[in-house]
Amino acid sequence: VPAGVSEFVQPQNGEATAAALASAAAEGRTARIRGGATKLGWGRAGQVPDVELSTASLNRIAEHNVGDLTAVVEAGVPLARAQAKFGAAGQMLALDPPLGRDRAATIGGVFASADSGPLRHRYGGPRDLIIGITVALSDGTVARAGGNVIKNVAGYDLAKLFTGSFGTLGAIISVNVRLHPRPPAFATAVGSSADPGRLGASARALAAAPLELDSLDIAWRGGRGGLLGRVSGAEPAPRANRVAALLRDQGLEGIDVIADDAELWARQRVGQRAREGALVRVAARPSALVNVLDAARACGATLVGRAALGTSYLELDPFAISPLRERLAGARAVVVLDGPEELRRAQDPWGEADERALELMRRVKGAFDPAGACNPGTFVGGI
Amino acid sequence: MDNGRALRSQLEAICGSEHVLTHPDALATYRSDGLAHYRETPLAAVLPATGDQVREVVACCFEAGVPWVARGSGTGLSGGALPVAEGVLIVLARLRRILAVSLEDASVVVEPGVTNIAVSRAVAPTHFYPPDPSSQIVCSIGGNIAENSGGAHCFKYGFTTNYVTSLEVVLSDGTVAELHRDAPGYDLLGAFVGSEGTLGVATKIELRVIPAPETVRTLLAFFEDSEAAGEAVTTIVSAGIVPAAIEMMDRLSIRAAEEATGAGYRLDAGAALIVELDGSEEECAIRFEQVRELCAQNGGRDIKVAADAAERDLIWKARKAAFAAMGRVAPAYFVQDGVIPRTRLPEALRRIDELAAEYRLQVANVFHAGDGNLHPLICYDAARSGEPERAEELANLILKACLDLGGSITGEHGVGVDKKGHMPAMFSERDLESFHRLRCAFDPHGLANPGKVMPTPRLCGEVPGPYREHPLERAGVASRM
Repeated sequence: VPAGVSEFVQPQNGEATAAALASAAAEGRTARIRGGATKLGWGRAGQVPDVELSTASLNRIAEHNVGDLTAVVEAGVPLARAQAKFGAAGQMLALDPPLGRDRAATIGGVFASADSGPLRHRYGGPRDLIIGITVALSDGTVARAGGNVIKNVAGYDLAKLFTGSFGTLGAIISVNVRLHPRPPAFATAVGSSADPGRLGASARALAAAPLELDSLDIAWRGGRGGLLGRVSGAEPAPRANRVAALLRDQGLEGIDVIADDAELWARQRVGQRAREGALVRVAARPSALVNVLDAARACGATLVGRAALGTSYLELDPFAISPLRERLAGARAVVVLDGPEELRRAQDPWGEADERALELMRRVKGAFDPAGACNPGTFVGGI
Repeated sequence: MDNGRALRSQLEAICGSEHVLTHPDALATYRSDGLAHYRETPLAAVLPATGDQVREVVACCFEAGVPWVARGSGTGLSGGALPVAEGVLIVLARLRRILAVSLEDASVVVEPGVTNIAVSRAVAPTHFYPPDPSSQIVCSIGGNIAENSGGAHCFKYGFTTNYVTSLEVVLSDGTVAELHRDAPGYDLLGAFVGSEGTLGVATKIELRVIPAPETVRTLLAFFEDSEAAGEAVTTIVSAGIVPAAIEMMDRLSIRAAEEATGAGYRLDAGAALIVELDGSEEECAIRFEQVRELCAQNGGRDIKVAADAAERDLIWKARKAAFAAMGRVAPAYFVQDGVIPRTRLPEALRRIDELAAEYRLQVANVFHAGDGNLHPLICYDAARSGEPERAEELANLILKACLDLGGSITGEHGVGVDKKGHMPAMFSERDLESFHRLRCAFDPHGLANPGKVMPTPRLCGEVPGPYREHPLERAGVASRM
């Protein structure tokens, strides 16, 4: 039992999860959902929950419809295990977030936190891959939304609403997902520069080229940055060479094409977690990449990011967060994902939200969890 | 009617009297959307010119406690823009400015009345906007947002919801909220897209566009029957190929489309398959050969490869004309929009055939085969007594068959008024209740597009609420550690 938590429950199924949540709610207690425990430190440092609900027994890959490229996976299934199963059929769930200690990150945790990795460039994030959901609510209800087909507009898209809701609306019991064919081969072209402007321009040129990249990432550390463009397919080499040529034309140095590129991308994922400092996620316009790189340089941060999407992950000294926020005041979001608890206590890790949108979010929270039992105080605006 | 008169003068003050329609003749155009057999005359139709005016109109309705329905181009096929008799219809046709185009950010900002095709045109030739409903020349982006529209190319590229990055929305109390894809907090944007106008109305929309593929390759293949064509689709997808589009037409729809367009489809074929690949030169070349072989292996014959854009357009012309062309086969038809898991296609087609024979009606099948979205056209003649009723019954049974096979009642047309009666067959009462929770969070007074999506009207605050079984009764199921 984790420190401060008075009760630890491991429900065997969705109904039992709903009952456990309802039981906590009825007694005025708070509950937190626990998957692989790889991201429990994200969000506001809230109160210690009274009850912790483990998803460990929700561990079935309930369906893998190979011919339909869909699957139904329970929340407690480690993403790595699901990928192994899909991979055996030449398929994948196109999500590659960092998997954390012991590769323990679960499907439920990844969807509840809307975490993603370099594949987001081509396939989108969890919200773009989820086609249905089953949730348990704190009034004891088990409800479903969406379905098991990739094209479906019946009913409200609660699957997206629960994706990224950090367990504050209820517990995800299982998700229905769209799968993709696993490409037979990959290749990555890389180039580097110490000039943020040049890196930014190269990223824009590559993003606008019709090369169908799987991933387009940026990395910055120690005063130098690199751009990585990955292609896949039956024969990716010729296209990787075109990516390399484009990077060369843009004036990048150290151009290379790497066929055995898994390690490169693993390193990008590592950069999405804090090792010593604090980890900040920035969402900005893609064209503002140069400003983000400049800010990283000025604040002594290392950075990895999705160059064409405007999402960057910066690791920096906690004291540098305020100056970073000031420099990036125009960004859509500057969120402290991962950092020391005292830091997440001292300042709101979520930053500022549109007041009107926040009001709506509070109403949504009230509608799904009127008792306020689900992971309170940790989310945006103290939800 | 004093209240009605007061409301009217307020609306006129906001939009100008020439943009407030109350005479029955003037309202005739607005009585229905693309699903013309549902008709209703609203209290008034207003045509605001700006997002601000939309907000004022909505605020005015809120004050008066009057419901409202937003309407784009009126091409919807589920009665989603059907007016309510005691309400105001907000027509967004005048909000058709493209506000910003930035290729650097791969972004286009538009007003809701802008047509779907205009977005792609604004960023051509280097980029395009992938969701492409068949009505894309006229349908509006605002309507696409409401319905989460798809199109022929969504198997590879996804749906409207995957391309909306920001929305400015007017909520039913007349306030404005900005919803952004990357903003911290709940994915309200994701919840709003596809909510069929029941959560509010979008007044400013930012869309993501993507680089246009450097190559597009299209082939047309003919098969003995739909089953063989369906088998070809399965082997193509199982080979790890993700075509930009795979469309199938059956014998009846081939005949109608060919007679209408003369595109060169074989009238003796049982099914036709259009397969389109796009992307980089290298990858397309390899994959296209594979597709051609797989079609041939599965009994495809007379495989015709489009040599240029004109030939490709001709192949598509027949497909896109299929609906309209059915007029040559039957005086009237119902179109359904059910979805099945793609691998269940042969079963679904067999079931449709059986039902058609039983009901003595013709059913033509045109569908997005890649994603299992069927568009059966149930033909009937209204002049024959009892036939419309039989056709409707058959249409309903086809939807039921889709659900039995693990699918959905609607893939892209929306629930609207047309399919709300089918919602309880797809969702449990608790599922519907959870939908209602979302609706109430956005629109507690139920003023935005009432009577759509949900099968029975319900009021907020009257949510039948928590289920009563004591949670501890079930506690034994959980293991405590």
